[in-house]
Amino acid sequence: MKVTVCIGSSCHIKGSRLVVEQLQNLISENHLENTVELAGTFCLGQCQKGVCVTIGDDFFSVTPENVVEFFNENVLAKA
Amino acid sequence: MRKFDTKIQYLKYKVLREVAKHSWDDTLIENLWDIPKSISPGKEPTMRCCVYKERAILAQRIKLAMGGDKKNPNVIEVIDIACDECPAAGYEVTDSCRGCLAHRCEDVCKRGAIVFDHNHVAHIDKSKCVECGQCAKVCPFFAIVNRKRPCQSACKIKAININDDNAAAIDNNKCIQCGACVYQCPFGAISDKSYILDVIDMIKKSENNSNYKVYAVVAPSIASQFTYAKLGQVITGLKKLGFYTVVEAALGADMVAMAESKELAEKEFLTSSCCPAFVQYIKSAFPALLPYVSHNLSPMAMLAKYIKETSENAKVVFIGPCIAKKSEAQLDTVKPYVDSVLTFEELQALFDSKDIDITSLEEDVLDNASYYGRIFARSGGLSDAVEQALKEQKIDFTVKPAVCDGIEACKTALLKKSKNVLDANFIEGMACTGGCIGGAGCLTHGEKNKSQVDEYGREAMEKTISDAVSVLK
Repeated sequence: MKVTVCIGSSCHIKGSRLVVEQLQNLISENHLENTVELAGTFCLGQCQKGVCVTIGDDFFSVTPENVVEFFNENVLAKA
Repeated sequence: MRKFDTKIQYLKYKVLREVAKHSWDDTLIENLWDIPKSISPGKEPTMRCCVYKERAILAQRIKLAMGGDKKNPNVIEVIDIACDECPAAGYEVTDSCRGCLAHRCEDVCKRGAIVFDHNHVAHIDKSKCVECGQCAKVCPFFAIVNRKRPCQSACKIKAININDDNAAAIDNNKCIQCGACVYQCPFGAISDKSYILDVIDMIKKSENNSNYKVYAVVAPSIASQFTYAKLGQVITGLKKLGFYTVVEAALGADMVAMAESKELAEKEFLTSSCCPAFVQYIKSAFPALLPYVSHNLSPMAMLAKYIKETSENAKVVFIGPCIAKKSEAQLDTVKPYVDSVLTFEELQALFDSKDIDITSLEEDVLDNASYYGRIFARSGGLSDAVEQALKEQKIDFTVKPAVCDGIEACKTALLKKSKNVLDANFIEGMACTGGCIGGAGCLTHGEKNKSQVDEYGREAMEKTISDAVSVLK
């Protein structure tokens, strides 16, 4: 599973670094290093919905506050 | 608010703008022959001896705007018919000499090169003169001048000669593409080749970034440019031009600071790899020091590589103050990552070719890098960043930098290093005075540029290099 987080300017200002850091921690806490690949990209074209995250073709709007919820529902449950 | 330092830049801009304008709507070929007359209309010359010469020179400028002479590997070319063949005789006594009695000029000249005519007026015997300039310093009437071509004065590495036709000629084996001559020639006879047509073509064929995505990577010195508008408006303008998104090259600088500090601690002596003109200078003038050049890519190439590796179908255009970057982008090690390079001058022409008034646009955001990545744009910034990166990575190594501001300072440090008498373990080499903010492709150069870059650095959301690069892993 490839989780891509936007690290473009707009998402960066909305906290993409914190999202990335939390995801990194959650992945290692749950020992998912071998199944989940975390990647960065510059701009997913939906800046107003940032922090933009995609899993395959599915788009998610994530914030540093709801990242755990996002992880449990969309990463952990499906990994 | 002024957009350019000189009228030469304005002229070059007008040519670029017209060429770009016709290129966007595919009418360049049919309008090509009319552009010179549109810029130099009527019968009265405003720049040269006649309108026909003005137009002939403009035709050469158009050729440069369209990529220049493909057979010449140098990205900088002399427009020989534009060269005014400035006097280059060295020290000469002018008619301001009053034939005084003191003859300080004669006393100070150790070579006995000063002679006097029957009116007691001084003359310099060129067979004896060594061009030391002492006579000019002591003359109370400032009657002795140094007639040197501005291009040759600007070129501190002596890559400009005078050819058989008395015009300036660039020695491609010595030239480091810094562009000092381009900015300093008062007749605009030396200019950089432009790749705006490639960029326009790239944007057009992307079909609104659907076939591939065109990324603009902007240099941090942009903080001191386009000051008649807000930086956020420049970003919106870039997207209006058709770029998919804009990323700070300063993030590449953060990556370089991390890697270069590690490399420095391992090798215990290093010269920086950011400034392509400095690296080229080592290659051409100090080949024995090549093993010391950092093996890292420049910030531009480092970030472009990251973009290409993480995003499918990406094309990267670097936009900065630098002419030498056009050359760097052609290196085999950089070519796969950077598709084209524009200067700020060219970006201004592109905005206006599409009638984009950036002052009327909404402000977008630009925030990818740390304070340290951003201050790479000015002399001393790179050394500060390397020191910080050592600290953040807890590497026990003390950097002792030789901060070289301008190519002459670089030359001094490299000479000392080649004789093993340099009291430093890191050479920060910047070919342009002041660092990148002094680049020849800048729209304006001013006293405030450094403080503007520092201010922009302080506005970065990420305060440490580690935080800025943490998102990349």
